[in-house]
Amino acid sequence: MAPDTPTPDALVRIEAVSKHFVAPDGSEIEALRAADLAIAAGSFVCLIGASGCGKSTLLRIVGGFETPSTGRVLMAGKPVLGPGPDRGMVFQDYGLFPWLTVRQNVAFGPAARGLKKAEVHAIAARFVDMIGLARFADAYPHQLSGGMKQRVAIARVLANDARLALMDEPFGALDAMTRERLQNELLDLWARTGLTVIFVTHAIEEAILLADRVVAMSPGPGRIVADIPIELPRPRDVSSPAFNDLRRSLAGLLHGEPAIRMAA
Amino acid sequence: MTAAWRQPLALIVPLLLLAGWWASTHNDPYGLIPPPGAVGTEMWDLAFGGINDDAFSGVLLRNLVASALRVYGGFALAAVLALPIGMMIGRIRIVRELLDPSFQLLRPVPVTAWLPLSMILFGLGPRSAFFLVALGAFYPILVNTIFGVRSVEPRLFEAAAMLGASRASMFPKVVLPAALPGMFTGLRLGLGFAWVVIVVGEMTGVSTGLGAMIMDGRQLSRTDVVICGMVTIGLAGFLSDIAVQALGRRLLRWSPQHGA
Repeated sequence: MAPDTPTPDALVRIEAVSKHFVAPDGSEIEALRAADLAIAAGSFVCLIGASGCGKSTLLRIVGGFETPSTGRVLMAGKPVLGPGPDRGMVFQDYGLFPWLTVRQNVAFGPAARGLKKAEVHAIAARFVDMIGLARFADAYPHQLSGGMKQRVAIARVLANDARLALMDEPFGALDAMTRERLQNELLDLWARTGLTVIFVTHAIEEAILLADRVVAMSPGPGRIVADIPIELPRPRDVSSPAFNDLRRSLAGLLHGEPAIRMAA
Repeated sequence: MTAAWRQPLALIVPLLLLAGWWASTHNDPYGLIPPPGAVGTEMWDLAFGGINDDAFSGVLLRNLVASALRVYGGFALAAVLALPIGMMIGRIRIVRELLDPSFQLLRPVPVTAWLPLSMILFGLGPRSAFFLVALGAFYPILVNTIFGVRSVEPRLFEAAAMLGASRASMFPKVVLPAALPGMFTGLRLGLGFAWVVIVVGEMTGVSTGLGAMIMDGRQLSRTDVVICGMVTIGLAGFLSDIAVQALGRRLLRWSPQHGA
């Protein structure tokens, strides 16, 4: 097991977080067992694992949408008690407000925080521009493609000055070409803004392409089984031997028996 | 969604009905149902007078206005009550537990069944008509408002919360806009019902209104007047619905089900 080095400048600290659900038949399900993780400011961390490994649960706990059964999450030193604008979430199903235009969706956060109208307007314009949707600023979500919707969802998190972006399989519903383009755009935004990203995915290639660090999780009960730094230079070449070596070892780790593979 | 009535195909059934009506009545001078031509003439006389010079000459506009005022007045009263009550039943559990069962129990009672009681409670005349129209419009607005505010996607609350929206602002910023299509559907159905109920409402002994005109026509065996009243109500309800739909397309541009 890779050591969970207690970085002093960790933006997010996940301390012994576990989560139990009660199933409809009354039995208890252990969705997450004693997860510990410290995430440095500015890093890009991917949580990867098969369904039921608790990766989305962990992300939602950091987001404040679920409360942990035990343990706690610290954001910049303060315990997370609920959702907040410092932790922006990007959902797989976008979660855009259908009655607001692209511009208004992006402006929602700044307006909710009580900024002045002119300021809200300027911020919205800047981020709509940043994601290249200026031409669609006055379009409604139902008029956009999936990739455009997800760009808007990312822009509204950035427009809100979130320090941490929580992304729950954000590109899972997109076609391969769009996904590739959005991955690159996301990396570009990440490099430009100094954002910290926790990105949930079940695609190994996506994790290695994006992350500084891949945290692998395993189901039954959901737990962290490996924490692998990815030190490939960026931009990364998915066809390079180094990339493929990583992909193979991560695949072995996720599909095989974790304890044995990790010892290797 | 294009306006179906603009398509020539939509004219086939009405024209066939008209032809059937004409074929079965035009050479039967003693029949109870007058032929279309006679009804057309009566319609002109009702609207402008100058043909028969009887009690029905030139009274159409006055009756139409009287009915329309009751329809829109009753509908407005229904909306003013049903929208807030529906929102509260939909979003506040204690209100739902308090009121919902009673409304469920009262809802199946048809408006016609309320007629005698309404005449006792509100007397003979326009107040009864007003009450019955409001009652008829109330339930569709209520039911659709409850449905609208209850079927807000949970994801949208999460999105608003992570963007910094306070708990108190969830209602105006998320619930209300998300429920608008449902509320709008309720209003549209409610207004349609108001036009349906108006004839019953005007059976309560009012002297004006299209319903009263139809009742008078019936008592005097003036079937032509009855049919003219039916046609006028049909047209008024139809035009009123077109206006509401146009309003909906403007207000709900964002909704794929409503937007033009």
